[in-house]
Amino acid sequence: MSLLDIRGLTLSTGGQTLVSDVSFSIAPGERLGLIGESGSGKSLTALATIGLLPRGFRVQGSIKLDGHEVVGASESAMIALRGAAAATVFQEPLTALNPLMKVGRQVAEPVIRRHRRAGETVDRAAVAREVRSLLERVSLPDIDRIVKSYPYEISGGQRQRVAIAMALACRPKLLIADEPTTALDVTTQVEILDLLSGLVREDGMALLFISHDLPVVARVTENVIVLRRGEVIEQGQVHAVFDAPKHDYTRSLVDAATAFDKALGPSR
Amino acid sequence: MSGQVETAAARPRLSRRSLTLNIGLFLVGMHVTVALLTLVWTPYDPTGMTGGRLEAPSWAHWAGTDRLGRDLFTQIMIGSRIALIVGFGAVAIAATIGVTLGVLSAFATRYLDDILAAAFDILIAFPTLLLAMLVVAATESASLFSATLALGIAISAIVARLTRILAKRILSMDYITAARTAGASWPSIVFRHLLPNIWPMLAVNFALQFGLAVIAEASLSYLGLGAPPPNASWGRLLQEAQGTVYTAPFGAIAPGIALVTLVIGMNLLADGLREAGDPTRRGRQ
Repeated sequence: MSLLDIRGLTLSTGGQTLVSDVSFSIAPGERLGLIGESGSGKSLTALATIGLLPRGFRVQGSIKLDGHEVVGASESAMIALRGAAAATVFQEPLTALNPLMKVGRQVAEPVIRRHRRAGETVDRAAVAREVRSLLERVSLPDIDRIVKSYPYEISGGQRQRVAIAMALACRPKLLIADEPTTALDVTTQVEILDLLSGLVREDGMALLFISHDLPVVARVTENVIVLRRGEVIEQGQVHAVFDAPKHDYTRSLVDAATAFDKALGPSR
Repeated sequence: MSGQVETAAARPRLSRRSLTLNIGLFLVGMHVTVALLTLVWTPYDPTGMTGGRLEAPSWAHWAGTDRLGRDLFTQIMIGSRIALIVGFGAVAIAATIGVTLGVLSAFATRYLDDILAAAFDILIAFPTLLLAMLVVAATESASLFSATLALGIAISAIVARLTRILAKRILSMDYITAARTAGASWPSIVFRHLLPNIWPMLAVNFALQFGLAVIAEASLSYLGLGAPPPNASWGRLLQEAQGTVYTAPFGAIAPGIALVTLVIGMNLLADGLREAGDPTRRGRQ
């Protein structure tokens, strides 16, 4: 049974259809890339998956997350599902963390919530240990300092690692990464990507990776879906799609990425 | 990154900031001390004739006497107590009602949010004083309590609108969405993420509203709708001094100074506290 099964998803607001008839599924442990230019509906699809669309959206079709229907589900049902079934890492590390909460407390929050939900007693020392091991897993240096830091005191790349640690703290079956490296510089980008794909493999999590950047998607996922103006125009294995794009649009994306890489010099 | 440079640049601002806080603390602290003092001691009996009528300031009567020969300085001291009660009381009422409704509105469905937002706007369109007069009229007796309640209700619309706007901005932040995707319930979002992040802006506004409430109470008293005699509200002192402002100007100047020092002090205090509570600034100290 697939972990996420989206059938005929159509999202519209104010008479405009932003996503139309999108269908795909993710098996447990599968890594899927969702690619497309801005406005192609990729982030909306991700938000719909966890029932967090902005107000005023009409949702048609079906989204089954971990066996539960998301479309039309009550907020309390969704709260129970979020975290356990899916957690998210966002694009902007600047706004991904609460600016007034120390990093340690921030990471502790999902840890404590997970233990409470499991009906376990929450032991402070155990939580602190788990927070530290999570920060170690995302390869943060100088954890003693970082735990006591406010988000503004650490770098953008470090903040994104903290955000990933928070998502991991939920132990989700599906990790949704919405352009997690777009706001970072190129070297940090590669580090974060390798970190993400490593973690996903270790924990056997499924990954829904959203990006507009082909090489980035190719680095972390095995399958890819190309979205354009809210419609799926191509899907399949990453290398099959990128080596032999069937659709003109995909071809233009691939060409653009190759041209960009050539301009940068032979770095790959 | 450029932490070193920033620290050096921030140093002069730091001293100015602590100056703001200290002056604010001094002015408000002075009023609080005086207000507490009046509970046990005043220089003269506030209602007794203690000197000649409309005397100019002297060593015996620091602010002179009113037209009944009562010591003005004593009355101004008691006025501090009333101003603080009205200010804190009105802001507490406004904060409770306003923040609750504002947060509710930010979380509500679009339909309910529109209704609430329109209600706030309509209430704000009424002059605060007029609204307060209506509430006083509805309670049928002018008292310190009714004036405080009236101002609290009138101000709550302003607080609610501000809270709603601030909350909506914070709720659209990634860390809120991230917390929600991680399964945080809404009380946890409100109390751990939302309120701490809008608090600095709200606190400054509360200080501003405190000042406005004190001034509005003075206006209500001036109109005879505030605390009734013998409560020596600054507004009532101003009202009484009005008739004799040419012959004994100090009767109007003295309560005016008291009013201004408290309102300015509260604003400086709030500004200083906000900056002291901001970790991005505190970290540079």
